[in-house]
Amino acid sequence: MLVYMLRRLGQSVLAIVAMAVIVFVGVYALGNPVDILISPEATQLDMEAAVQRLGLDKPLWEQFTIYVGNVLHGDLGKSFVYGTPALTLILQRLPATLELAFVALALSVLFGVPLGVIAGLKPDTAAGRSIMAGSILGFSLPNFWQGMMLILVFAVILGWLPAGGRGTMVSVLGVELSVFTADGLAHLILPALNLALFKMSLVIRLARAATREVALQDYVKFARAKGLSERRIVLMHILKTIMIPITTILGLELASMIAFGIVTETVFSWPGMGKLLIDSINLLDRPVIVAYLMLTVFLIVMINLVVDILYAVLDPRISLKDMTA
Amino acid sequence: MTLHAKTIALTAAFAAFAATAAPAKDLTIGLSAEASSIDPHFHQLTPNNQIRQNIFESLVAQDEQQKLKPSLATKWEAVDDTNWRFTLREGVKFSNGADFTARDMIYSVCRVPLVKDSPSPFTSYTRIIAAMTAESDHSLLIKTVSPDPLFPVEMSQIAILSAAVNGVTGPVTFKPEGCDNIGTPPQSADFNKPEVAVGTGPYKLVSYTRGDRIVLEPNPGYWGEKPVWTKVTLRPITSDAPRVAALLAGDVDMIENPPVQDIERIRKAGLTVAQGLSNRLIYLHMDQEGDAPNVIAPGGKNPLLDARVRAAMSKAINRKGIVERIMGGMAQAAGELLPAPMFGTLGREPEAYDPDGAKKLMVEAGYPDGFEITLGTPNDRYVNDEKIAQAVAQMLARINIKVKVDTSTASQFFTRRNKQEYPFYLSGWSASTGDTSSPLVTLVATFDKATGRGGTNAGRYSNPKMDALLSQALSTIDDDKRADLLRQAQTVVLDDHGILPLHFEVTAWAFKKDIDYKPRTDQYTLAFAVKEAGGAAK
Repeated sequence: MLVYMLRRLGQSVLAIVAMAVIVFVGVYALGNPVDILISPEATQLDMEAAVQRLGLDKPLWEQFTIYVGNVLHGDLGKSFVYGTPALTLILQRLPATLELAFVALALSVLFGVPLGVIAGLKPDTAAGRSIMAGSILGFSLPNFWQGMMLILVFAVILGWLPAGGRGTMVSVLGVELSVFTADGLAHLILPALNLALFKMSLVIRLARAATREVALQDYVKFARAKGLSERRIVLMHILKTIMIPITTILGLELASMIAFGIVTETVFSWPGMGKLLIDSINLLDRPVIVAYLMLTVFLIVMINLVVDILYAVLDPRISLKDMTA
Repeated sequence: MTLHAKTIALTAAFAAFAATAAPAKDLTIGLSAEASSIDPHFHQLTPNNQIRQNIFESLVAQDEQQKLKPSLATKWEAVDDTNWRFTLREGVKFSNGADFTARDMIYSVCRVPLVKDSPSPFTSYTRIIAAMTAESDHSLLIKTVSPDPLFPVEMSQIAILSAAVNGVTGPVTFKPEGCDNIGTPPQSADFNKPEVAVGTGPYKLVSYTRGDRIVLEPNPGYWGEKPVWTKVTLRPITSDAPRVAALLAGDVDMIENPPVQDIERIRKAGLTVAQGLSNRLIYLHMDQEGDAPNVIAPGGKNPLLDARVRAAMSKAINRKGIVERIMGGMAQAAGELLPAPMFGTLGREPEAYDPDGAKKLMVEAGYPDGFEITLGTPNDRYVNDEKIAQAVAQMLARINIKVKVDTSTASQFFTRRNKQEYPFYLSGWSASTGDTSSPLVTLVATFDKATGRGGTNAGRYSNPKMDALLSQALSTIDDDKRADLLRQAQTVVLDDHGILPLHFEVTAWAFKKDIDYKPRTDQYTLAFAVKEAGGAAK
C-alpha cells in the first residue's frame, strides 16, 4: 500500500513538472502581454518600464527559473491585469465553479443512473429506445449551441429563467453560495443543465451497458429464483455493482467539469474559474493562466488518486495491498 | 407662455418630480468588457474609465463629442506657456460629506505614481506637472515642465480622490519626486470597499463582485443633475451572443456593442438601437523603412517606399463598398485620421475609388505586373476586421498586387505587429484625447524613443516636414494656431499616403424602449448619462 502510494506520488510529481514546462513555454508563445495591457498611447519609455516591472525583459529560461523558485515558496505570481496574487483570484472564483459542477454532477447521477438502469433492464421497449436516442442527442449537440438554445427557449421565449449571471447569494461558513436562495437556484438551473447534459448521456450509456451485463449474471438469476422482489434485486444487487465503473468515470468527469466548464461559464456569464481562464487568455495574463493550469493538473492528479482509493472501497476484490510492485 | 403650455410644463415638472420620488428605478447594463479594478488610478483603459466616471470626477470632463466641459473646475486658463490656473467649483461634497478643495486635487496627482502593479499607469498624464500651488481652497495654479496645449485634456483623465477620507490632515505639498504629508495612500484592492471608493460623482459604490457585478446608488449630495436611476447594476457579459440574449430575455435593460449581425433582430424584438460615429479609425499601414519582410517584388526593392505605389493602393480600395457591404452601414468611409469636426480635422473627403488611375500609377512606378505582399490583420479585435482585410486583398488584386492575408488573434497580432513582422497591416486607433495630435503622434510621427513619438508606427513612416509641424503644434498653446498646424501636418501625411485611412467605426448601444442614451465618440457607456426615453421631450 505505502509503496504503491509513493510510486503514484512520484508519477504525479513528474506529471506536474512536465506540465509546468509545457504550460510555461506554451503561454510564452501566446504573445507579449505588454502589447495588450498598456494603453496604446503610452510612450516607449512607459512600455519599457512595464516590461521591466513584469520581468518580461529576461530570457525565457530565467523567467522560468524565477517562477519555479517562487512556486516552491508558495507564490504562484501576481496577475498582470489585476495586480493581485493569481491564486487569490482563482480561489475567489472557486466556490462558483464548485457549486455549478456539483449541481451538474448531482443532476447527471440523479437522472442518468435511473434512466440508464431502465434502458438496461428493458432495452427493447419504447422507453428504453427513447432514452438511448435522447442520450445520443445529449452526446452530439455542441455544448455552446446547446447552452444558447437553453437560453433562447427558457429565457428569451418563455421568460421563465434568467439568461445568465449568478443570482442572490448567501454566506455559508464564509463562502458565498447561491444554491440556498430561490433566485440563486433559478440562475443555477440552466448552466447546471447545460453542463450536465453531456455527462448525463455518458452515465446513461454506462449504466445501461453495465446493467445489461450484470442482469445476466448468475447471482442475479439466483436472487430472482430465491424470490426476491424486483425492487430489491435492482437496488441491492444490480445498482451496487454498476456503481463501480460509474464512480470511476464520474471522478474524472467531475475534475474536468471543475477545470474546464469554460464553455458553459462563458455562455451563461457564470463568474467561475473557467470564465477567468478565458478572460486571462484574451488579456495574456500569464501568471493567472499558468497558475490556473497548474492548479488544474494538481486537481486532476489528486482526484485520480482519490478515485483509485474509492474504487477499492467499493469493490472488495481490489486490494491496494496486492499492488506493491 | 400660453396657459396650455404652462399646464404641460407643470405636468412635466410634476411627472419629473414623481419620477425622482418613485421608490425604485433600477437600471442593469450588460458591459462587453470588465474593469480590472475600481481604483480610478489603476488601469488607463476604457472599461475602467467608464466605470470610474460614475463615482469619481475630474477637473475637466469630455462631452459626447469629446469636447471639454467644466466639471470640478468651472474654468481654466493658460496664464502663460507653462502655467495653468484652474478655478474649482464651490460647494462640492464627496459622497461621504467631506468638502472638495484644491488639496484633494493635489493629493490625487500625488497618489498616481504610488499605485502598485498598475498595468498601464496614469503617470503618462501627471509626469508633465512641475509644480502645484493652491492659491486658495478653490484656485489651483499648475506649472508644467514644458508647454503642453493638451494639459486640460490630460486633466480630464485624472480622477479626484478625497484627501480627508484617506486620513490626511493639514496641507499637502506637491513635489515631482514625491509629495509631503500624504499619509499612506490606499492601494488598489482597498477600493473594493465602498468606504474607500469615495468620489464626488453622481453615483457611489454599493458593492463590487469581481467577474459578476458592480452595484451603484445615487450620491445624495451630488452637485450636478441628479441621476435618474435609484440603483444601477453593471454586469460584464463579455461574449456577444449571451449579451444579446440577456437583453432579449430582459435580464439587462441595456447593452453596449451589440454585434452588427444581431442589430436587425434586436430592432425587431421592439428594442431601441442607438448608434453614433466613434473616434476609432480603421487604417492600413505600410512598411516604409528599407527592405520590408514578406514582400516579393521585381527588382527586389521594397515597392512601398514609392509614394506612387502607396497612392495606387489607396485609389484601388473601394471604401464606400466596404462600408456598405461588409460593415452593413455601421461605419463611415474615412478621408483623414479623426472624424470631423473633432480638433484639428480637415473635413477631407475619402480617397475616390479609381482602379484605372491606380493601374496607371503602378505602371509609372515600374510595377505593371504588381508584386506580392502579406497583409497582417487581427480577427477578433475590430468589427469584421478579417473580412475587411480579405476585401482589401481582392481589390488590390485588380491592380496586380497579390495580397496574402495573415490573420491572428488580437494578442498575437499586436505582438507580431510591434515586432514589425508585417510589411502591410490593418489596425485601429482610438484618440482618447479627441484631438488630431493623438493619431499623428502615435501612428505617423517618426519612431523615436527620445521624443516618445511613433509608438504604434510599426510601418516606420517618417517625414521630417510632418515631424516639424507636429512639434510646433505640440508646443503652441493658442487653440486656433494649433488647429491650423495640425491640419497642415495631417495634410502632409495624407498627400504622401504615409498611412491609408479606411473608415471610422460606428458604435452601437441597444436598450429597452423606455430608455435613452446619446452615443459617444469615445464609446463610453456612462450609467449617469442614461436617461428615460421621452423624459426631456415631454
